[in-house]
Amino acid sequence: MPRIVRHVLLILLPVVAAFAILPSVYGNQLLLFNFMIFMTLTQGLNIIYGFTGYLPFGYVGFFGAGAYGFSLMVIHLHAPPLIALPVGGGAAVALAVLLTPLFRLSGAYFSIANLAAALAVFQVVSNPNLESITKGPYGISLSGVFDPTLAYGTALAVLAATIGLVIYLRNSHFGMALKAIREDPISAGMAGINVVRERVIAWLLSALVAGLAGGVFAWYVSVFYPETVFSVEFTIFAIVFALFGGNATVIGPILGVIILYGIYNAVGISTPQYFQLLYGALIMGLVMFLPNGLASLLQRWGIDVP
Amino acid sequence: MFTYSLLAGLLFGLYFSLIGLGLNLVFGVMRIVNLAHGDFLMLGAFLAFWLFTLFALNPVPAIVIAFLVFASVGLPLYYLLVPRLLRAKDPEMLSFILFFGLSQVIEAVTTIAFGTSERSIPGDQLGHAVAAVAGFFAGHKVDTGPVELLGQTFPASWVASGVASGCAVLLVYVYLYRTRLGYLTRAVMDNREEAIATGINVHRVSAVAFGIGLGLAAAAGVFAPFMLGSITPAMGGEVTVTAFAVIVIGSLGNPLGTVLGGIVYGISYMFMQSYYSSWANLLPYVLLIAILLVRPSGLLGRRVRRA
Repeated sequence: MPRIVRHVLLILLPVVAAFAILPSVYGNQLLLFNFMIFMTLTQGLNIIYGFTGYLPFGYVGFFGAGAYGFSLMVIHLHAPPLIALPVGGGAAVALAVLLTPLFRLSGAYFSIANLAAALAVFQVVSNPNLESITKGPYGISLSGVFDPTLAYGTALAVLAATIGLVIYLRNSHFGMALKAIREDPISAGMAGINVVRERVIAWLLSALVAGLAGGVFAWYVSVFYPETVFSVEFTIFAIVFALFGGNATVIGPILGVIILYGIYNAVGISTPQYFQLLYGALIMGLVMFLPNGLASLLQRWGIDVP
Repeated sequence: MFTYSLLAGLLFGLYFSLIGLGLNLVFGVMRIVNLAHGDFLMLGAFLAFWLFTLFALNPVPAIVIAFLVFASVGLPLYYLLVPRLLRAKDPEMLSFILFFGLSQVIEAVTTIAFGTSERSIPGDQLGHAVAAVAGFFAGHKVDTGPVELLGQTFPASWVASGVASGCAVLLVYVYLYRTRLGYLTRAVMDNREEAIATGINVHRVSAVAFGIGLGLAAAAGVFAPFMLGSITPAMGGEVTVTAFAVIVIGSLGNPLGTVLGGIVYGISYMFMQSYYSSWANLLPYVLLIAILLVRPSGLLGRRVRRA
């Protein structure tokens, strides 16, 4: 059995089945939905950070762009949600295209510039002068299309597609090329890889994932403020979850979300500052002692981590 | 309005230079990104607040105390975190994440200790200091109150912060260009490998630079209640982004470029506030991206960054 089929059977199917069955057993659908959103975002971040090494600190900008792209279609054009959703993803991709010049920067400069870009988008969207278009800081209400069951199903489809994409990257020439670029762009270029093109494709895919997640999030919660969908916390959580589990793997980000977001829901909601302390310390510990996450620990014991 | 914006921009610009200076020094010497810079500024602000509330200490001596306290925190912190980091494969990127974690820890601990309520120090406290200095030179007692410059009136605290920031920048200049340790620091900034080869104790130089960087952040924090508004544990992130905008506009790794960056930033900020106030919040981000894209090495950068 080829690796790619094995990964689909052993990782993708169980995750999808779990999220499909759990709502009928467990009552808190919102919590399950949030798990799916974070899993999607973490895998989306994994595409750009894990496979290319670029850490987008403003990743939430794409999530917000997706949420607003979706909402504005619904509000102004009365589009049905399933048509508005691709527009949300398109808005995120458009923003990513706009930001491709940032790839002239590298390392921390790219991260900072990307953060600045996300904050700039937030400032524009929440500006009271644009109230007639974006509702400014007063928030969006989509009660007309509120349909949690369908939104939940759509989120599951987005999650499945994202995990499928990461499985493809993990087992394809394209993913291998990205990792080669991450390790040494000059040698990769000499080996015949089109560095700029591959990198941009990964960037756009990553933005698309975040945009779709943002759109379906807007649909599910249906009432939100700009601060909600542009909260830097989304980026931070996704980075920590991916780091904890292990970048550039399929299973790492999934484990990261299940373990850490599980802990967050146990202690973080009532006392967020204790969780902040915990994950701050966790990040420091990971960087110092386990920079490649749980997956690297398993690999050290000789286990093949998908 | 024009003169007012220009002068206020200059005062704020000097202050923004002070905010950026420590970050730039740390980056220049160690090539690591201290993402917790704004949080050390916040801690300095809290130190000044408690010194004022508990001991009624004027913010001016608090500047020196904040600098010394955090410089001495910086030395052990350097040895705890940085040498291990510099051995890693990609120290710059890892430092970015590591110090982000540190900033989260600081923010969380401060929130647990002090809560999320906003705090401030009365603005006339710095005014007292200005009045005392002015009275000393004028030979008679001067009233505490707004200061007049070229026919425009400014809060005394702005003038005091601007002037004190200017002095602090000057002191850093003296340290870098007129002392032996500063000379070695510049050698490490210029070429780390060759500095090691010539027998400079790079870790000692770096640790001092790290301490000075944190000390400058904390000293800048003393003025935060007057220049940036009330202080909260969560203010650090925004300050860090501002500091980055300032040093990127100037030039990364060039402490004197920071002064230029700060003044450009301060003046454009004030003009935005005066003429397009509703869009002023957008400025740091747009300015940062624009400068990064047009001149990746900053206004005073001599060559394209290697990073």
